[in-house]
Amino acid sequence: MKCRKCGGQAAIELRRHNAAFCAEDFVGFFRNQVREAIRKHRMLARDEPVLVAVSGGKDSLALWDVLIEEGYRTTGLHLDLGIFEYSVESRAKCEAFAAARGVPLLVSSVAEEVGAPVPIIKQVTRRPPCSGCGLSKRYLMNRAALEHGFSVVVTGHNLDDEAATLFGSVMHWQTEALPRQSPALPSTHAKLVRRVKPLYRLSEREAAAYAFMRRIDYIVEECPFAAGATSIAHKEILNRLEDASPGAKHNFLFGFLDRARPAFERAEAVALTECVRCGQVTTGTLCAFCKLADQVKRAR
Amino acid sequence: MKVVLRNPRREVEVAGGRRVKDVLRDLDVIPETVIVIRGDTLITADQMVHETDTIELRPVMSGGRR
Repeated sequence: MKCRKCGGQAAIELRRHNAAFCAEDFVGFFRNQVREAIRKHRMLARDEPVLVAVSGGKDSLALWDVLIEEGYRTTGLHLDLGIFEYSVESRAKCEAFAAARGVPLLVSSVAEEVGAPVPIIKQVTRRPPCSGCGLSKRYLMNRAALEHGFSVVVTGHNLDDEAATLFGSVMHWQTEALPRQSPALPSTHAKLVRRVKPLYRLSEREAAAYAFMRRIDYIVEECPFAAGATSIAHKEILNRLEDASPGAKHNFLFGFLDRARPAFERAEAVALTECVRCGQVTTGTLCAFCKLADQVKRAR
Repeated sequence: MKVVLRNPRREVEVAGGRRVKDVLRDLDVIPETVIVIRGDTLITADQMVHETDTIELRPVMSGGRR
């Protein structure tokens, strides 16, 4: 197989684009896709400081690499989830990446902020581990951005993540979740920063290939709690569809964004208030994060 | 030839002298779910692998419920 651009030996085939690229031209392709995402959804202004949420995995580190190469003023934010050796290694990967490139990294610990690490939160809430983990991450990302003066948080969600989330929402007809699914979520309250996903045009496999080609040392191991997660099951189903019909994931997600999503946008906006305890944004009196912290405190 | 698999990390011996896509099919691996590494480069599914080769099939899936 030959590279579409230079005709040399290809390193990766992208069936949904009916193309193959050598390493060098693939890196160019990948960065173009990120540029196109940022341009199309006006995700980032050239001169604004950008907070990049990094887990230590391929997606977020690949994205951080692209943003640095593109000249954005970035700061990393790593949330230490306290999930045994997995979290120790994840944090070390982020710290090594930041040190090698001379870029700042903020680290926040879920155990300190919530009162217990993710494994204990899982026991206390008796809910799937991803539930308390995801809630804590979204809350802490937004709060860290506000505290450090960022008006935007960038996350490494890719095409597979977005297609799997959409698939899950549609399977249960969670129509309230559909308008919230977007590559760029605007700020709807003074205390909510923008959240953008510049990798939404790129697959998980493309992010892994980019990280490999750029010699990014990322954590290959999965989160020990990920096994059995519904999103993984949905990704597997979508990958089987993709195998049978290249472009299936892309068409599913992009068709939704272009043609279906507007139909689910509700005229009346949800009323947002500030949590009586922490002052962060919520739809109730006490926010979900403070409720979770209370639950953890009661159980200990 | 040797194939390195991850999560957990393990190695299996399979017949070489054929294309990557044949090895993937043999091991019941969907091409979309891995990158294929030989030495310090990635290789495409149509490339030949030989008895003396070692390749790594690195899974690309990550995440829980977001």
